[in-house]
Amino acid sequence: MRRNQVAVVGAAETTELGVIPNASQLQLHADAALNAIADAGLRLSDIDGFATAVETPQQVCHYLGIKPTWVDGTSVGGCSFMLHVRHAAAAIEAGLCKTVLITHAESGKSMIGKLPRSTPADSLNGQFEAPYGVYGPPSMFPIPVLRFMKTYGITHEQLASVAVVQREWAAKNPRAMMKDPITVADVLNSRMIAYPFRLLQCCLVTDGGGALILTSADRARDFPRKPVYIMGTGESVETPMVSQMETFNSSRAFKTAGPLAFKEAGIAHKDVDHLMIYDAFAHLPLFGLGDLGFMSYEETGKFIADGNTRPGAKLPLNTNGGGLSYMHSGMYGMYALQESVRQMRGIAPAQVPNAKISVCHGVGGMFAASGTIVFTNER
Amino acid sequence: MAEPQRARPKPTPETQHFWDGTKAGELRLQRCDACAHVYFPPRPFCPSCASRKVSIFKASGKGFLYSYVINHRPAAPGFTPPYAIAVVELDEGPRMMSNIIDCPQTPEALELDMKLEVAFEALDDKITLPVFRPAKG
Repeated sequence: MRRNQVAVVGAAETTELGVIPNASQLQLHADAALNAIADAGLRLSDIDGFATAVETPQQVCHYLGIKPTWVDGTSVGGCSFMLHVRHAAAAIEAGLCKTVLITHAESGKSMIGKLPRSTPADSLNGQFEAPYGVYGPPSMFPIPVLRFMKTYGITHEQLASVAVVQREWAAKNPRAMMKDPITVADVLNSRMIAYPFRLLQCCLVTDGGGALILTSADRARDFPRKPVYIMGTGESVETPMVSQMETFNSSRAFKTAGPLAFKEAGIAHKDVDHLMIYDAFAHLPLFGLGDLGFMSYEETGKFIADGNTRPGAKLPLNTNGGGLSYMHSGMYGMYALQESVRQMRGIAPAQVPNAKISVCHGVGGMFAASGTIVFTNER
Repeated sequence: MAEPQRARPKPTPETQHFWDGTKAGELRLQRCDACAHVYFPPRPFCPSCASRKVSIFKASGKGFLYSYVINHRPAAPGFTPPYAIAVVELDEGPRMMSNIIDCPQTPEALELDMKLEVAFEALDDKITLPVFRPAKG
């Protein structure tokens, strides 16, 4: 894909984030969509392309009253929205549609109108993982981390520091769920969830949503907001079974999606002003820093523990507070994208001064899938 | 009301030989006749070279502890926390999820790379699960 040919011209989260007991999941999609449409200065009738995950495009389009000529229902977990951005950019460039709306919403906490997730007993996961007591992401996502720690000499304290640093960012974000400062000791003394991870190393469970609107870069100049260009994109999948990853020392999906996006954008790591790495659990930023090639895996833990990703430091990472402290409805990728767009627009609550390039890296379905988007505010 | 039960696998045509094996006290893997790749989970072709000529064989049942979590909460139905959810690397190459029996479910006892051997745990008269315990000697 050619870089900077497509731009984000509308971006918004749901009116409320956190605990939203007065709206169904479907209505949260609509709330996010209507906010994004208002942000872009558009009408619903202007939307001719639509993408969403978990809920189907037909469900959300009908609820909103959208009549699309292009849809994408890619649903690969929390990074689905990174893939939607990539697919939408290709569709707009190919002339399949002009203005794409991407929505996410999840009643993750209040569970209103939320579709049940189940693992059929005759699926491969149902036969070869479920019988061993996996029960939700906390019991599965951290399974690789002890091997990763042993291979690279990563310490428990370093993994705890991920949560500490992100709480510093969250404190600067009025909409973050958790804003009180925490220490490494607080993290290591919090309730055990799935050894080696404790409560403060696991994502929040909240309600909310977000939506993005994309159009061609040429059209983007006529919109009210500063365009945020899609500079590079990457995607991949590996396996829905965490036990069947090629290795626990890295993520194959990360190592495919990330470098693809960097190559397409034509950037080097030193060019990155702002970085989002989907942090459903505290080990993901370490995998991301290594798999995306920012540094050796051995350095990742020390890099974060030494404060290099804190406010004011050289590599601002997860500047909304991340899934650990900002919000996590179940599929966090949309919120990471929203923060990258805010940073590129220059309106983030914890704005990185003069940031011109933002890398937004997502993960989905444990380590099943990955999507990476490189944004820029300069064409 | 009965207690919620541990998740029970339901075999498919492609995996039936595996579950027949565990019931007979054998851990069965598949090997590609064309490229000798050994793989898991079961399927009637080689995921490395796409050959449909593959053979089922009895694995050694030996391996080592590749990684794990000790799950505290929420616990799956039929499990009493804390319990380890482990990934075992078999001597033949493939890895599989399992539980570790005859071993305290603690970080001190569950040492990465410790040698393991397969054991079989009957869930009912149809399904027997392969689990692992510390290897003897």
